Amino acid sequence: MMFPMDKHKNIPNDVNNTEENEQSSRQTDEISSDSANPQMDSVDEQNLDSKKPEVPKGEPEKNPSQKRASIGKGSILVEPIKRRSFFSWLTLAWLAFTAATGTFFGIMLRFMFPNVLFEPKQTFKAGYPDDYSVGDVTTSLKEKYGVWIVRTTEEIYALSTVCTHLGCTPNWLKNENKFKCPCHGSGFRKTGINFEGPAPRPLERFKIALANDGQIFIDKTKKYAYEKGQWSDPESFLRV
Amino acid sequence: MAKDQKGKKRGFISRFGDSQVWKSIIRTGIPRNRRGRMFSVLNSVFLHLHPVRMPRHAVRLKYTWCAGGLSFYIFCVLTITGILLMFYYRPTVEYAYTDIMDLSEQVPLGIMREIHRWAAHLMVITVWIHMFRVFMTGSYKPPREFNWMVGVILLVLTLLLSFTGYLLPWDQLAIWAITVGTNMARATPFLGHEGPGAALLSIGDINLVHSGSDVRFALLGGRFVGEAALLRFYVLHCIGFPFIIIIFMAIHFWRIRKDGGITTPL
Repeated sequence: MMFPMDKHKNIPNDVNNTEENEQSSRQTDEISSDSANPQMDSVDEQNLDSKKPEVPKGEPEKNPSQKRASIGKGSILVEPIKRRSFFSWLTLAWLAFTAATGTFFGIMLRFMFPNVLFEPKQTFKAGYPDDYSVGDVTTSLKEKYGVWIVRTTEEIYALSTVCTHLGCTPNWLKNENKFKCPCHGSGFRKTGINFEGPAPRPLERFKIALANDGQIFIDKTKKYAYEKGQWSDPESFLRV
Repeated sequence: MAKDQKGKKRGFISRFGDSQVWKSIIRTGIPRNRRGRMFSVLNSVFLHLHPVRMPRHAVRLKYTWCAGGLSFYIFCVLTITGILLMFYYRPTVEYAYTDIMDLSEQVPLGIMREIHRWAAHLMVITVWIHMFRVFMTGSYKPPREFNWMVGVILLVLTLLLSFTGYLLPWDQLAIWAITVGTNMARATPFLGHEGPGAALLSIGDINLVHSGSDVRFALLGGRFVGEAALLRFYVLHCIGFPFIIIIFMAIHFWRIRKDGGITTPL
């Protein structure tokens, strides 16, 4: 039953008081067969009685061996957690550590989103309406801003150069009068409406307006989708 | 001292096995019997990940296909060749492509870059084969269900390593493949700016999740595949994902031992 370590512990007991050692070993036996054997139960009570009077009620127990939790009879002799010691310095320290670690994970997430981007601006001026001739698709802003400016007889609009299939950049083929995507072969008319390949919807248009100095002003943060009927929005084209 | 009980002269290996040098490294001395072999496995930080003993019929090539072991071997090849490539490759828009050209045309043994590329393709294949074998032999069943999940994570990490390495040559194929691949992240629920639920995350008129703050942006460090994306993919490919995959691999191997060793054929 006993581990070697337990035996070692009991050696001083053996020397001082063999009777006590006998008692304690009997106690451990009874814990396992507490309710099963009524005879042993009474012996157990005797043992407890012989020890109980030594400890005055309502006072903290001095004998550490009695703090041991035992099974049954609700006699768990563990000191209750006091209200004052509940928020100990250790608890506070752990809370502070957890909070600091949590904050640091937040900082790590924020770290991945830089404050300054070295990208072309989302809003920009694109020259005067007269710079664009009727019927032409202007590709000069494609490289930097990702925009085609198209002028028809009635209006000027800014098409997004992002293919609506998977996001590649189509090319404007002047001879065939269409935008063609090199990745998967989607084709778009000059208006931006898809007619071949896997693209599911027309190219998007950006917000376009006239600035105070008469230049064309394009805002890429506002998009207008044909399939949502947004191309009739007056901000999606510039009447000339 | 150099003679055994019968008076014969002992060999070098036998004497070396009793020396302080050997015993300070391999604590149990030279394994001379089953018990000794077991101790040397259990006491080695590397070998203890491996089961101490295996049934002979369970390690037949016909049963395991050695797919897991091959995956690990290829991972080691990739780690070594990858470290070598890092001595020449600079992850900037200016140099990335030309450094790759340099690696295959000018650097001695230009095959190093190709070994890395072929091994990367191979590892994806062997990992899939390993998964297929584990599935077909029912080795995912309890008590190995946790290790199956660890394996799934390893599969995802393998694919992520492949994906991040794809961008580094910085040619047209790489740029547009990553453009297409990361565009999927736009549609992440709540976290991608074109995904479902993203429109709900707004304060009044201000969208919290837009093309400059969504999960795709975090991945690319910009709104399109540019300089920041190249650097981020490089760091993830060389440090981030290998760091995570090694931890999960250690768990994976150790759990094989803890779950009762390799499964046995029925």
